[in-house]
Amino acid sequence: MDQYTLNLLIVGASFALYIGIAVWARAGSTAEFYAANRGVNPVLNGMATAADWMSAASFISMAGLIAGVGYGNSTYLMGWTGGYVLLALLLAPYLRKFGKYTVPQFIGDRFYSQGARLVAVICLIIVSVTYVIGQMTGAGVAFSRFLEVEVSTGLWIASAVVFVYAVLGGMKGITYTQVAQYVVLIVAYTIPAIFISLQLTGNPIPPLGLFSTHTESGVPLLQKLDQVVTDLGFNAYTGQGSMLNMTLFTLSLMIGTAGLPHVIIRFFTVPRVADARWSAGWALVFIALLYLTAPAVGAMARLNIIDTIFPGGVEQPAVSYEQRPDWMRNWEVTGLLKYEDKNSDGLIQYYNDAAPGFTAQATERGWAGNELTINNDILVLANPEIAQLPGWVIALIAAGGLAAALSTAAGLLLAISSSVSHDLIKDWLVPGISEKSELMVARVSMAGAILVATLLGLNPPGFAAQTVALAFGLAAASIFPVLMMGIFSKRVNSAGATVGMLVGLIVTCLYLFTYLGWFFIPGTNMMENIPANYLFGIPPTAFGPIGALLNFAAAYAVSAMTAAPPRHIQELVESIRVPRGAGGAIGH
Amino acid sequence: MADNTSSNAYWAANIRIITICLAIWAIVSYGFGILLRPLLSGIRFGGTDLGFWFAQQGSILVFIALIFYYATYMNKLDRKFGVEEQ
Repeated sequence: MDQYTLNLLIVGASFALYIGIAVWARAGSTAEFYAANRGVNPVLNGMATAADWMSAASFISMAGLIAGVGYGNSTYLMGWTGGYVLLALLLAPYLRKFGKYTVPQFIGDRFYSQGARLVAVICLIIVSVTYVIGQMTGAGVAFSRFLEVEVSTGLWIASAVVFVYAVLGGMKGITYTQVAQYVVLIVAYTIPAIFISLQLTGNPIPPLGLFSTHTESGVPLLQKLDQVVTDLGFNAYTGQGSMLNMTLFTLSLMIGTAGLPHVIIRFFTVPRVADARWSAGWALVFIALLYLTAPAVGAMARLNIIDTIFPGGVEQPAVSYEQRPDWMRNWEVTGLLKYEDKNSDGLIQYYNDAAPGFTAQATERGWAGNELTINNDILVLANPEIAQLPGWVIALIAAGGLAAALSTAAGLLLAISSSVSHDLIKDWLVPGISEKSELMVARVSMAGAILVATLLGLNPPGFAAQTVALAFGLAAASIFPVLMMGIFSKRVNSAGATVGMLVGLIVTCLYLFTYLGWFFIPGTNMMENIPANYLFGIPPTAFGPIGALLNFAAAYAVSAMTAAPPRHIQELVESIRVPRGAGGAIGH
Repeated sequence: MADNTSSNAYWAANIRIITICLAIWAIVSYGFGILLRPLLSGIRFGGTDLGFWFAQQGSILVFIALIFYYATYMNKLDRKFGVEEQ
């Protein structure tokens, strides 16, 4: 059986599994799916939350970004896990006690203002659409490889599949489907990593393999990696990064995690306040299984790629284009891997041609520039091919990548559509809308969001994980501060919260649009996206905490100048701070 | 709130434990993983230094421990102040 058929078979089987479980779970319970969540064991619920949370960015993109930079991109690892500590300590139990279903609903009630709720809806939509762009980018890469088409074609196929998938609707809400998706995702991620870790270090546990000895050379793996990358003019893998940017970027991802509407919603629906605390912990355990493996995948893949290109070691000539390995041929089809024979010697020179100290050495070896460009987003998917693992492992990783992208995209699209149809249309613009029309509005807004995300995904503002990171920055600047102030301060009032959200959102958006183009449309940026242009050297991806700070400052300042919230709101805040008296969550 | 003093004491105790946990959260990630890494560079670990390990693995393990510790602590605190769910 050839690889193409095998891919179709395994990806098809995984889809059949999800649909099967969805049908089975529906038949098993007639209650609405939120109620089903309450009967689910907190451990399984944590697994489902992990599947919901880990997107194309975590699965497809992150290890590639770590591989490309090394230590400097540890920010993704810390940022996307550390946010759960904030969620568990600062938000989840109190929002569960409050007992409503959407984030704008909480903001509208706590700040006793329809205006605040409207602003929250706008924040939610901007954050979620940006996030979906990242998912589409990742899903497009996965589809382009396993269907062997150009990446833009892959993207359109992805958007059609996401549309069908999200419109099936309830699928996302059914915890058991997500449990299955988690299992597919983690198995697909771990199996190739175990193989590769065994090949390189003899240790079957990748997170331990990362810090073990490289079997072939007898030196520690990371030391070996540092050596080969610096020999090619790249920065040392474990070398220092910019402390200010790493700190701000990590903070942005952490605060953003705690401000993402589709993640917060998970904690509204657990049975009890105590469970909200536990389930954040269990979710992080399951997320950590992937996140502890990712840095090993990154480092080992980087080493494997360099080994393939320089089979005799980096001092020896590179492999010739004619004899390039199959994985390069396969990925050339997608357009995500490119070779250009700059010095016409037919060999593939891969090195850092921007390194000033390396030019002399390159000239001496007759190199006329780097000849191979590898898109970071292909690394995890290409990893089993690079390590020459069996065909079914290659197919499995495609299934895993798609599970990650689709589950998260569907979750975000549901958050967008329910916000538009419920918070915006039903509770505000057209109160008397029929259920049927409401559903129609929900579907149209979903289709609209997919279309926008696909069009922008054709020329994404960055790799999947970087685009997603922008969504986190926006969530950090707009939603997290207002939720936290709503719980921890009795003094912040409706005017303060509204102004705070607007300031955080607008300033952050302006900063992003300045470098990445208005509404991320390529070519409309006012300044080139290079470090020399950044305000205090802060890249757009790391701006979130600054936006959050401005949000807090504006909210406190405006609140101090205006009247305190009414008595009953202060009592509401008192009551959400203690678990006692939490009823079941109130439905829509 | 019927019993304001008790609920204030409960909240104060909660804020205290949150502050302690977040201090540890910050020290392992922003501290050991980023800002204090040069200070830890003398401690070698698996072909690199301890700061690299904290940035790529250690901090994640500490995060998990922190959440479970907080959940256990708060469940006890809820009972002590009689504000647990019935």
